[in-house]
Amino acid sequence: MKVGFYPGCSMKGGAQEYQESVTALAKVFDIELVEIPDWNCCGATAAHNLNKELSLSLPARIMALAEREGITDIVVPCAACYNRLSIVKHELEQDPSLSSKVASIIDLKYEGTTNILNIIQFIDKYITDRLEEKVVKPFDYKAACYYGCLLVRPHSILKFDRVEDPQSMDVLVKKAGGNAIDWAFKTECCGAGMSVSRTDTVARLSGNIMKDAADRQAEVVVVACPMCHSNLDMRRPEINKFLNEKIDIPILYISQVLGLAVGIDAKTLGLNRHMTVVNLPERPVKEVPVAEVPQKVVNTQKMEA
Amino acid sequence: MSASHEISHPLSLSGEMQMETGVIINKCYQCGKCSAGCPVATEMDYTPSLVMRMLQTDEPANYDKLLKSMSIWLCVSCEMCLTRCPMEIDIPAIMDNLRQKSMKAKKTNPQARKIISFHKSFLDSINYTGRLYEMGLIVDYKMRTGAMLQDVAIAPKMFFKGKLNPIPEIIKGRKKVAAIFNKVQIKKEEGKQ
Repeated sequence: MKVGFYPGCSMKGGAQEYQESVTALAKVFDIELVEIPDWNCCGATAAHNLNKELSLSLPARIMALAEREGITDIVVPCAACYNRLSIVKHELEQDPSLSSKVASIIDLKYEGTTNILNIIQFIDKYITDRLEEKVVKPFDYKAACYYGCLLVRPHSILKFDRVEDPQSMDVLVKKAGGNAIDWAFKTECCGAGMSVSRTDTVARLSGNIMKDAADRQAEVVVVACPMCHSNLDMRRPEINKFLNEKIDIPILYISQVLGLAVGIDAKTLGLNRHMTVVNLPERPVKEVPVAEVPQKVVNTQKMEA
Repeated sequence: MSASHEISHPLSLSGEMQMETGVIINKCYQCGKCSAGCPVATEMDYTPSLVMRMLQTDEPANYDKLLKSMSIWLCVSCEMCLTRCPMEIDIPAIMDNLRQKSMKAKKTNPQARKIISFHKSFLDSINYTGRLYEMGLIVDYKMRTGAMLQDVAIAPKMFFKGKLNPIPEIIKGRKKVAAIFNKVQIKKEEGKQ
């Protein structure tokens, strides 16, 4: 099975382990990720902050290139890229004259036929059904699933999950044998692209997130965005300084969590690349009970009022 | 359908913004949920709801204050305000519009220099190679801001973790990407600040 793949720039640099783990996970489920040939950067925050037309054109070029290859489903694991591609697709759908203007800027035919999937939508569409049967090493840890901003907002366009208390990642972690805990900072902002230009702001925002996770005894924070990851993981010294305590909870991508559960080794998943050392205590592997066939409940009662 | 009193006069400042963004500014009734949820409101000179109120006044002086404000650059585009707004007002779109107007009018707040430099370095990298080259971005940003020593300690650690790609990814169609920049009138910045 082949699925279109837009890795985005982070995955080629600071978030290589995200690509490694997504690719490894897909392989276990016999899915081949086909990179969109010659893809460009989506423009991220910089483009939509400074130039509206540029912010529409860069993602449009990516989708147009995918269309040319006959790709329909594009998996976009970076939440920020996913957000930009989805919003541009929506805006061009709403305004045909804008769509033809953008097509002339990118000098490519643009139809808007691609289907943009974030990492969780991709897993749900292609993997979830077969996930539980492949779990060999349940991820038996208290996990705080952190969704951040761009995976769920704005709901009117993305229509993905609940905006204040999303559940989709929690469900996946539970299926992997984990304990997805209830906590308060699932969709609070980590500071995003301010990591370099306003590190103090990021330390405060990410610090509040990590503090809540720690207070609720999370053993791991699970993310689906390279930007969230780098702020929570790489900015840990600044976070700990802001909080004036030492929090050493590791940050794992959802693809790494599922990868561990289905038996992929830590190195292949790139766990060694995190700045906050991943040192999860070994859990004795529970005897996996022979699957009991649940008795089928046959509902003979007719649904009558 | 919106009530007619909500629509600004097309020649007013808020009317112009409405034309450009599709956002009906007068829909805001100052409940303040945006400012309550905004993660950076505490650092802002004008909170999101105050920004909306200032726009509603149609006073050129208030518009000028916003173009010169820090608020528009501190906004992280997290979309929390839009999510919690009972009138579903797209404040992030307003913020984008104000930032672009501020750049055009050359009225950017001097304290926002680092934030804007980062954005410019980011776009320059895409303009040159088609993709973001993280190491190039950081070097370019340091040149612009003079923050040469910032984060130097983290670089070797990143390198050994395989997180720093020393070679930029240059796409075949980089000239086509550069042509996009040209068409939307963004020039590569020759002289750094």
